Amino acid sequence: MKIVVCIKQVPDTTDVKIDPVTNTLVREGVPSIPNPYDMHALEMALQIKDKYGADVIAVSMGPPQAIDVLKKAVSLGADEAILLTDRVFAGADTWATSYALAGAIAKLNPDLVMCGKQAIDGDTAQVGPGIATRLGLTQLTYVVNFKNVDVEKKEIVVERKLEEGPETVAARLPALLTVLKEANEIRYASLPNLIKSVKLEPQVWDNKVLGLDPDLLGLKGSPTQVVKIFSPPLREGGKLISASEEEIVKIVDQLMPQIRSEASCAI
Amino acid sequence: MIENKFDAIVVGAGPAGTSAALVMAQSGLNVALVERGDFPGSKNVMGGQIYSKSLNEIVPEFWKEAPLERVVAEKRFWFLSKDSKVSVAHKTPKFAQPPYNSCTVLRAKFDKWFVGKAIEKGAFYIPETLVEDVIRDNKGRIIGVKTGRAEGELYAPVVVAADGVNSLLSKAAGFHPELSPENVALAVKEIIAMPRNRIQDLFDLEGEQGCTIEIAGEITKGMVGVGFIYTNKTTLSVGVGCILSDWVNYKMSPYDLIEEMKNHPVVKPLLEGGQIREYLAHLIPEGGYNAMPLLVSDGFLVAGDAGMMVNGLHQEGSNLAMTSGKMAAETIIEAHKKGDFSARCLSLYKRKLDESYVIKDLKKYRNSYAYLEGNRQLLTTYPEIINNAATEFLTVDGVPKWEKQKKIFRSTLKKRNLWGLIKDAYSAWRAFG
Repeated sequence: MKIVVCIKQVPDTTDVKIDPVTNTLVREGVPSIPNPYDMHALEMALQIKDKYGADVIAVSMGPPQAIDVLKKAVSLGADEAILLTDRVFAGADTWATSYALAGAIAKLNPDLVMCGKQAIDGDTAQVGPGIATRLGLTQLTYVVNFKNVDVEKKEIVVERKLEEGPETVAARLPALLTVLKEANEIRYASLPNLIKSVKLEPQVWDNKVLGLDPDLLGLKGSPTQVVKIFSPPLREGGKLISASEEEIVKIVDQLMPQIRSEASCAI
Repeated sequence: MIENKFDAIVVGAGPAGTSAALVMAQSGLNVALVERGDFPGSKNVMGGQIYSKSLNEIVPEFWKEAPLERVVAEKRFWFLSKDSKVSVAHKTPKFAQPPYNSCTVLRAKFDKWFVGKAIEKGAFYIPETLVEDVIRDNKGRIIGVKTGRAEGELYAPVVVAADGVNSLLSKAAGFHPELSPENVALAVKEIIAMPRNRIQDLFDLEGEQGCTIEIAGEITKGMVGVGFIYTNKTTLSVGVGCILSDWVNYKMSPYDLIEEMKNHPVVKPLLEGGQIREYLAHLIPEGGYNAMPLLVSDGFLVAGDAGMMVNGLHQEGSNLAMTSGKMAAETIIEAHKKGDFSARCLSLYKRKLDESYVIKDLKKYRNSYAYLEGNRQLLTTYPEIINNAATEFLTVDGVPKWEKQKKIFRSTLKKRNLWGLIKDAYSAWRAFG
């Protein structure tokens, strides 16, 4: 079995501030980390590897320093690491990113592709589904657990966490999973893997390797335009009304039409 | 098969360990540098000064590339009473020219750079890994370490314990008894952000130059310790450290003491408008020569804080650490040439230290703490005496100077009698001279 895990390097958003004047992210001096959701996807891939045996390949698209997230993946037990880096990939939105990643994944021809639910910097949750759509993979989002993976029968059974409640589904391989944080606890690297990761020289793929249409890559291939970024206004605490039970019924009746009209305005 | 055998293992990527690893790597040894923190410097705390001499011997002309905050061009010493200060300062162009004397640094940045230099020279850096124990062969010689990770053994004919004041490794190896509260200081420190030009103005600084202020007297409430303010580019390192047993006996909380110090009428105006960025606390090994553990055994060396190498009276520690790390490295390079890692061969390290300022200075001040603990009037009464004397002498009030001197002498004798003064002078000379 071959599993590709997509890992994005993101700024540590616990440290990110938005410049109140320019409304842009203050990235200066903010450390980069592997996207936490992606690490849970990696952990699930490694658990599948532990149970059934698999080759786990970590793939990251980004500038050369994204090698750090690949080192992290190898320290935890990924077998191989591929860095997609090329000037033409730069400035990509989710559309162009999924195009580039799909191009790389197509060359690897895996049974499973694992992604985090979303990246903590953009929070779009679009790249995983984008890859699945482009490659015609079965798309399984919000996965919290795998129950069975059968490469022979080309079948996977996973549990998804949906708003209505948990859902267990069987689906055909090859599939793409996007994974939630509650799926697992990330392991502690063994010393041999850690040493391997320190020595890691990842494979570096540029667009010469991928051979994708440069017009569809990077900034050029990105239809998304960011119109505005702003800090959401702080939520004010709700109004507290204390009254007897009968009074409350009356007050609620009075307030409801007002709240409804405000809500419809907001929409 | 993953390689877990090295020519040497250094535990702890602080000034001592990184110096040791860098010097060994430079001479071609395959050395592992193991650090428990997330990144180099993440666990490391000091007042905030590094000294040129020792670093320059390891990374020549380091100032051209190291992330330094400011070059310390002026050293100030304050003696505070409740509301006054007498200050002594020394400023010289010599301090402000290469190779400089000392520089202020922020450890999170500096240590990353320093470890980067060691890696550049070929050291194999293993991060986020706690070393828990030594591995011995059947003759009891140390031949490696056990880390907290799965399959976590590393092997080398010699191990350098540079894992700091509370050295887990030398404890595990049976070198280090539990630290006694008399032999360590607890220091707390805040990093306070302030615009650069405000720092220039408040501290009267030119360009990239900075100053250090060491503060004695009222602020430690009679506890054996000092406060400090060091200037960085756009922050100040402000802190106070006292002997651990004093914190306990005086029932003082570090947080309260640093707050009181920051609100002292003389200190407060210098910090106004500053914003606290970080709050740090750390132990400093202040036991000195008398409390030094064994530093050498078969396949094992102890360097830096782990070996109690701090000259607290002079606020020196990082330089002793770097020098001891370098000497440990030089000893190991020799040992590799001879293929002999016995305590006898490695005792070259001890001889090198003995001949250097490291042990000479520690020996010189071996009794200074015990002396201060027994003569607390030096920390309380004397700052008060000199402040009163200064106020009296400098007040222009029509009283003839000759009478003023007599008055000062009389009020001094009220606080400490003549015999006491003579005794203090003599014993101070014995302890520090």
